[in-house]
Amino acid sequence: MLLSAIQLLLFLSLPPFLLGVINRVKARVAGRTGQPLLQPYFDLWRLLHKGAVYSTTTTWVFRAGPVVGLAAVATAGLLLSFGGAPAMLSFSGDFVLFAYLLGLARFFTALAALDTGSAFEGMGAAREVSFASLAEPALFLCLVVLARATGALSLSQMLGEGLGSAWSTSGPALLLTALALFVVALAENARIPVDDPNTHLELTMIHEVMVLDHSGPDFAFILYGAALKLFLFGALVVRLALGFHFDSPWAALLAFLGGMLVFAVVVGTVESVMARLRLSRVPQMLVGASVLSVFALVLLLR
Amino acid sequence: MLLLLALSPLLFAALAFTLPDQRRRPLALLAGASLHALLVVVTWIQPPAPALSGWLLLDAPGKLVLGTTSTLFLVCAVYAQGYLARRADRDNRVFVGGLLVLLSAMTVVAISQHLGLLWVAIEITTLTTAPLIYFNHNALSLEAAWKYLLVCSLGIALALLGTFFLALASAGPGGPHSLLVRDLASAGPSLSRPWVRAAFVFLLVGYGTKMGLAPLHSWKPDAYGEAPGLLGAILSGGVTNLAFLAIVRVLHVCNAAGERAFAADSLVAIGLLSMALAAVFMVGQRDLKRMLAYSSVEHMGILSLGLGLGGAAASGAFFHMVANGLVKGVLFLAAGNIHRAFGAKTVDKVSGAAERLPISGPLFLAGFLAVTGSPPFAPFFSELSILNGAIRGGHFWAAGLFLVFLSVIFVGMGATVLRVVQGKAPGGRAPPELADSPLTAGPPLALMALVLLLGLWVPRGLLGLFDAAASLVGG
Amino acid sequence: MSRWTDTVFILVVVIDFFALASSRLGAAIRAVAAQGALLSLLPVLLATGEHQTAHVVALALGALLVKGIAIPLMMGWAIREAAVRREVEPIVGFVPSMVLGAVGVALAFAFSGGLPLPTPEKHPLLVPTSLATVWTGLLLVVSRRKAVAQVLGFLVLENGVFVFGVLLSDFMPVMVEAGVLLDLFAAVFVMGIVMFHINREFASLDTAKLSALKD
Repeated sequence: MLLSAIQLLLFLSLPPFLLGVINRVKARVAGRTGQPLLQPYFDLWRLLHKGAVYSTTTTWVFRAGPVVGLAAVATAGLLLSFGGAPAMLSFSGDFVLFAYLLGLARFFTALAALDTGSAFEGMGAAREVSFASLAEPALFLCLVVLARATGALSLSQMLGEGLGSAWSTSGPALLLTALALFVVALAENARIPVDDPNTHLELTMIHEVMVLDHSGPDFAFILYGAALKLFLFGALVVRLALGFHFDSPWAALLAFLGGMLVFAVVVGTVESVMARLRLSRVPQMLVGASVLSVFALVLLLR
Repeated sequence: MLLLLALSPLLFAALAFTLPDQRRRPLALLAGASLHALLVVVTWIQPPAPALSGWLLLDAPGKLVLGTTSTLFLVCAVYAQGYLARRADRDNRVFVGGLLVLLSAMTVVAISQHLGLLWVAIEITTLTTAPLIYFNHNALSLEAAWKYLLVCSLGIALALLGTFFLALASAGPGGPHSLLVRDLASAGPSLSRPWVRAAFVFLLVGYGTKMGLAPLHSWKPDAYGEAPGLLGAILSGGVTNLAFLAIVRVLHVCNAAGERAFAADSLVAIGLLSMALAAVFMVGQRDLKRMLAYSSVEHMGILSLGLGLGGAAASGAFFHMVANGLVKGVLFLAAGNIHRAFGAKTVDKVSGAAERLPISGPLFLAGFLAVTGSPPFAPFFSELSILNGAIRGGHFWAAGLFLVFLSVIFVGMGATVLRVVQGKAPGGRAPPELADSPLTAGPPLALMALVLLLGLWVPRGLLGLFDAAASLVGG
Repeated sequence: MSRWTDTVFILVVVIDFFALASSRLGAAIRAVAAQGALLSLLPVLLATGEHQTAHVVALALGALLVKGIAIPLMMGWAIREAAVRREVEPIVGFVPSMVLGAVGVALAFAFSGGLPLPTPEKHPLLVPTSLATVWTGLLLVVSRRKAVAQVLGFLVLENGVFVFGVLLSDFMPVMVEAGVLLDLFAAVFVMGIVMFHINREFASLDTAKLSALKD
């Protein structure tokens, strides 16, 4: 129980820190000192104290977008276990719910963007949705590979004890899946090389352009939701990569946190050494990720 | 003896590569071809002993292919004397040397009983032909050579994979662990059947590419269109027959392994497809040499069909292989003469060939009649015996389609050929340097006489050879 | 050892995908070179104690030298020499070709299930890897417009055939193996020269330039 509470607390509190680490890594590679590690928290705090401005052309959809988005992502977090304790919610087939909660968040964000009636936001929504239509199959394929390798249908079992033995019998397939999942994580969270989270040039933006019109607490929700989502995908990748089983739940939690730190550093490094891909090349990368996981699946089914 | 037969052309090739004299070099070709033909005659009279522990052996199908190839090559070598003398502008070192290497490789294919060696020899024929196609050194011939090399090397690579499959099929417990056709055939039922089947598919695709069966014929119109006529004759009358021989060898193994039905059905299907495709492209074809290329696709289809039907049709297929090889020689050499005399090879620029070239023009017409199966030329009788085999075997659909395609092709090809041969020649008679000379018109004329002779009278020994070859592939 | 062999086979297939997806000639050439180098490990990894070590080592070294080093260097040289533009320029787009590649891999695995190895001690991934690589090679040759890219496809195809050849290395005569390498070399060499001319021919139909190139 205590562990579960700690786990929930960590899930709700750590994500902005993850962003902070990524930003720090990028700054260091570029030779800058960089912003404080806790800067994302300060940003959220500041935004929460501001007022929100709503255009008169928008409807309730615009206001619901950030709230629903945040709620959906937070609920998805309940399905994952981050180490020692089991997940809050777990049932057979819950990975479908996981994927669709993330889909729901995206749906409402896109809808809110369309509700503004702005051409730019419509463009952003279109791009986001078209890439998502490729990222989602890839995510599902990865999850199917996991289900097949462990013989389980719930996320906490798929990433739980069965994984250790699965690594020893079908290691290469799981490695390919981890790679594919990492690519999906980059795409889903609008990181380089798919999207640049720092850009403010509308023509090249994808995710950022959708949330241009949100302000104050709404924008804080969106930023926080995005951080949660990054944390979730990081957790998937890290749990998959760590694989082996720990006897002590505390050791497992510690290993998980260490793994997340490594994940943040890897993401930061990728962002530093790669350039953003041309928009037309993004689908190619996502299809590549799908192909890798199909191959992993073929290896398992053989 | 067999080694001497295979290696003697290489000696002349070395001579051709070292001779500095541009004008005398074609004589090396003639000498090499003559010696080769002489040796082949000797092997026909007195069967040679197997060489290289049974890897080289002259059996019935090998004898037929070797005989056709050697005859055709000798005729082309004579023609080359006249042709190369008129093409003094071109360095002929690579051309002459390459042709002799090609002859050596073709001989190895014909007498090889080892599928690995067979593959290597076919690969060498591919490699040596590419620079020969590029003889004219212009953008078009370059493109043709490139396509030829690429498509054929793909086919060759697949054939190698098929050969590996066969080797694996023989590697099971109790298998012969060998790629000698004789060992494989005698081990028959102990071969792993799924692998034999897979091997047949890959080998048919691989060697079928080299043979020019549809839908893998795409290199043919380009290569035949751009290569000198004499090379076209050797390619369509010799090299394609060798690929056919390779398929015969593989079929022999398949029969022994009990995969006859599958292999035969594939052969019949791909044969009819080739004929259909050739018919479609032949109607309204404006380019003489490309038309001949599609005619070659058609006849490869006929060979494959005959082989697949088996029995009397297979015997007819071997007859047709010889007849078609010789007629193709006539057609390509005559077309080469017409091409040079008009400086063009499309029907809108070439007409009245009979007036401009009084020998080559009518010869082209006669060749057309022969190749489309008109009596009394040899292909008529070979096609008749394939048809006979098909009907006697109860394959009425195949027989019907065969007749339909043949008549479409006759009409399509006839329209083009008549426009070329008849009518008024734009420049009247050809000037002496382009006109028929004994060395350029004589060789195809001699070949044509041979085709007519084979139509009127086939020696008993030759008939026996056709049947012996057909009995190898059974059916 | 089986773990390493697994890894090699899987990497070979992953490189197939990479070759289908990469839009840069240089990257594709390096990938094919890496594939060749990986393949040269196979004779050593799959060797069982009973056959001659010298033969195995020679085969591995030969493959490394030809597939991993010589041919990639030649291709790089051809690109520089003929000033070929560095993009691949596919006829079939990258995404469709990747999907086709994936379908091919799945089919290769499905088919190899129906082809039992008569020598069961050999590795189970060998046949599907070989078929998948051959398929990728065919796909690359057919779907690419550039001569250099087509030759790369041909190399991938040859690599697939080589994988299968390793399976037979203990009872096929050495001649056939040597034939594979030699023929590969010869094929690409002739192709390279022709390619070189193709670029000159089509870039400028200046025949004086063509004869100037002769030695």
